[in-house]
Amino acid sequence: MVDSLVAAASVIGAAVAVGFAGIGPGIGQGNAAGQAVEGIARQPEAEGKIRGTLLLSFAFMEALTIYGLVVALSLLFANPFVG
Amino acid sequence: MHTFLLSKIEVGSHLYVNITETAHLHGETVGVSAFVVAVVTLFLVLGTRDLKKVPGGAQNVAEVVYELIKGIAFTQLGPSFYAQFLPFVATIFLFVLGSNWAGALIPWKLIEIPSGELSAPTNDINTTACLALLTSLTYFGSGFYFKGLGYFGRYVKPTALLLPINIIEDFTKPLSLNFRLFGNIVADELTVSVLCSLVPILIPVPIMVLGLFASSIQALIFSTLAAAYLAEAIE
Repeated sequence: MVDSLVAAASVIGAAVAVGFAGIGPGIGQGNAAGQAVEGIARQPEAEGKIRGTLLLSFAFMEALTIYGLVVALSLLFANPFVG
Repeated sequence: MHTFLLSKIEVGSHLYVNITETAHLHGETVGVSAFVVAVVTLFLVLGTRDLKKVPGGAQNVAEVVYELIKGIAFTQLGPSFYAQFLPFVATIFLFVLGSNWAGALIPWKLIEIPSGELSAPTNDINTTACLALLTSLTYFGSGFYFKGLGYFGRYVKPTALLLPINIIEDFTKPLSLNFRLFGNIVADELTVSVLCSLVPILIPVPIMVLGLFASSIQALIFSTLAAAYLAEAIE
């Protein structure tokens, strides 16, 4: 009984963790990409530099979602509260 | 610890090799890491064995890699320090890139082992934790080496109010380095295995290519951040 309760709570927790973690970086990446396109439109010769910086900052933002994913994965596959 | 199985995807199961009663190794991680180290060493030895004015073959690739890593170290650490820390940054970059690509490019699934499965060493949180702690130790060590006890002055800048935050930062730096690399690699492999269990043919290929790209970016980021933390500690 307690075990199934913990399992259900963990699954919901995992979904919430990864779902909410996706919101912020989504907005951030959209902003960054928009600004980068603007920058390229204004200054097409700087495209290479802008692309490099954009990819690097994308990876940083993505890391935040990944933290949520790590929490979700540990809840699903290595749950410390079960057993 | 407990591991579940959801649709035949295993996360966190390892091939345990016991050394003593209480200590054990994750056999598949150590094996693949040793393989990666061997391949990287072989590549570097072949690339730098008889050097020519006009490079060709392995030397060409080695020079491109050197230029890339030198660029990372130079932009972060500046002209007076980069040469000293280039070996560290290069080691981290080559090992992380080698491990990520070893997991993505080599069909390890063909080799059966008793438990767990062969994959990228960075798929195991112990590998990434070790790399992150190594980075922490290096920046502490070099901070002390270059500035002595004055290194602690960093904790009360710009004001003493920030002391707790500066101390917490020393713990969050390796933690975020660790989780970033581990999470990205595991996420890649999970996406591919979930797609493979749904549609086993052709559909996962673009995701695999994306994973290859993302894992090379992760190697770049890990080494860039390591260099940036070093620069922060010694400047």
